[in-house]
Amino acid sequence: MSPEVKATRDAFGEALMELGRENRNVVVVSGDLEDSTRAERFKKEFPERFFNLGIAEQDILGSAVGLSLVGLIPFASSFAVFLTNRAYGILRISICYNRRNVKLVGSHAGLTVGEDGATAQCLEDLAITRVLPNITVLAPADGLETKKATKAIADMRGPVYMRLGRFAVPTITKEKDPFVIGKADTLRAGRDVTLIACGIMVWEALKAADALLDKGINARVINMHTIKPIDAAIITNAARETGAIVTCEEHQINGGLGSAVAEVLVKKNPVPVEMVAVGDSFGESGSPDELLAKYHLKDVDIIRAAQKVLGRKKGA
Amino acid sequence: MDTKKVDIEELQGLARRFRKEILRTIYEAGSGHPGGSLSAVEILIALYYYKMKHKPENPSWPLRDRFIMSKGHASPVVYVTLANRGYFPKEELKTFRKLGSRLQGHVHIGVPGVELSTGSLGQGLSVANGIALGAKIKKENFNVYCLLGDGEIQEGQNWEAAMTASHHKLDKVCAILDRNMVQENGPVSEIKNEDPLADKWRSFGWHTIEIDGHDFKKIISALDEFDTVRGKPTFIIARTTKGKGVSFMEGQAKWHGKAPKKDEYEKAIKELGGE
Repeated sequence: MSPEVKATRDAFGEALMELGRENRNVVVVSGDLEDSTRAERFKKEFPERFFNLGIAEQDILGSAVGLSLVGLIPFASSFAVFLTNRAYGILRISICYNRRNVKLVGSHAGLTVGEDGATAQCLEDLAITRVLPNITVLAPADGLETKKATKAIADMRGPVYMRLGRFAVPTITKEKDPFVIGKADTLRAGRDVTLIACGIMVWEALKAADALLDKGINARVINMHTIKPIDAAIITNAARETGAIVTCEEHQINGGLGSAVAEVLVKKNPVPVEMVAVGDSFGESGSPDELLAKYHLKDVDIIRAAQKVLGRKKGA
Repeated sequence: MDTKKVDIEELQGLARRFRKEILRTIYEAGSGHPGGSLSAVEILIALYYYKMKHKPENPSWPLRDRFIMSKGHASPVVYVTLANRGYFPKEELKTFRKLGSRLQGHVHIGVPGVELSTGSLGQGLSVANGIALGAKIKKENFNVYCLLGDGEIQEGQNWEAAMTASHHKLDKVCAILDRNMVQENGPVSEIKNEDPLADKWRSFGWHTIEIDGHDFKKIISALDEFDTVRGKPTFIIARTTKGKGVSFMEGQAKWHGKAPKKDEYEKAIKELGGE
């Protein structure tokens, strides 16, 4: 039975509107993309707390800082690629260095933007945000988790970047699952190899785990929804108990989830790692599924990586 | 002009003393930015001793007017002003740029009275606008002042912010441009000409005033005029001299960002009337 599907951006739009009702301090600044980012629902209900500041990402982030300085909780909403790439110096100094309570929510991350092509497909946001001090970086796996994450980031103080996608993804988490920033979730127990995934790749990892089981390989699956601070304990436990890791992300191979996991492992418990990610290249136009296949981000690629890493495992 | 009593001579006396303290602070640190600090002395004094509502004993007083120092490299003029106003002990100026000090090389939020760390140019005006937008939502009534450098406004973010402030009719925002005509590697007009500057800001929807930025009467009158403007932000072009008050620093790009040596320091202090 296939699960329900929902885009994380749609879930964000709903959660933001609910937050607006619950907390009068929540405000939104947008870069003229609120129709696509789904911040539009907040805009309709709370026009006095919503600002479309035009196509000017530096000014959007700077204005959000000002709003935070009078005690408001600004959500800055745009495409991931513009929010992080186009205004990086403002993110670094005005937001992170100043420890401002600003929440960046970048939608349309990854290859699955699809037909718009490489200029809109953000593949480096996790790398360039997580390297900044004071920031929290999230990449929720589905709509349900996105809703919880949206509430959770409003409740914490400090800068946050949250990565969302454009197209509908299966809902794989459960309503009752707790969502704690910095604490990853084990979705599938396993002892042979661990698949650590974030965002839409969690679904691919679950499918891969099913297929691996048919081949007699028992794969653990971890949903690493928080990229920073990374859950080091769950990674080192997985290394100790399964002895091999595959990381899965819709992101460049350099600097993202795979790197964050490897950084923990080399210090604590080095085990073989294979990284399923975009191989240091830009994307292109195509349907989301075609792109995931072409850039080797499908369940079959995870299966192959798992088999490869098992071959490298100690005593294999 | 406001009926508020103001003793111009007293302010001028402060300016003379502040210039010496700025130079001493930079000299003792062994590095820093004298040129753009000396040009902005009268502007800072007019704000902190005449115009702004603020409480040095309670820097986070919610109703205070806000000041954003966008040209964060001119930290000495900010720190000297705040110390003299009682935000922190003047003794602390000796720690400027030293390891472990609150007085970081560029304007730093850890210093009492500072609202925002700056230093990467062009970031202040958007923040000032955001504060004003937030004040509207919260129905709080205070002004937001933002000091910009004329080299700094070559950063595009200023012009994004210029559009935001006029579009949202942010009449509580007053940007002041320290128009000292010189940036790190030479005259602004030769590096990236900004004229006609007043026309540019006017065309972006700002109420624009041009004044002599070393004349207290003119600064005060411009700041009071800002109070009367409704429906648009105010931009004050304060024509100043980089390195003002020290003959060998005036108008010289090379004094943008270096400390005087001992003999230079002594000569400068002598020119400013001695210790």
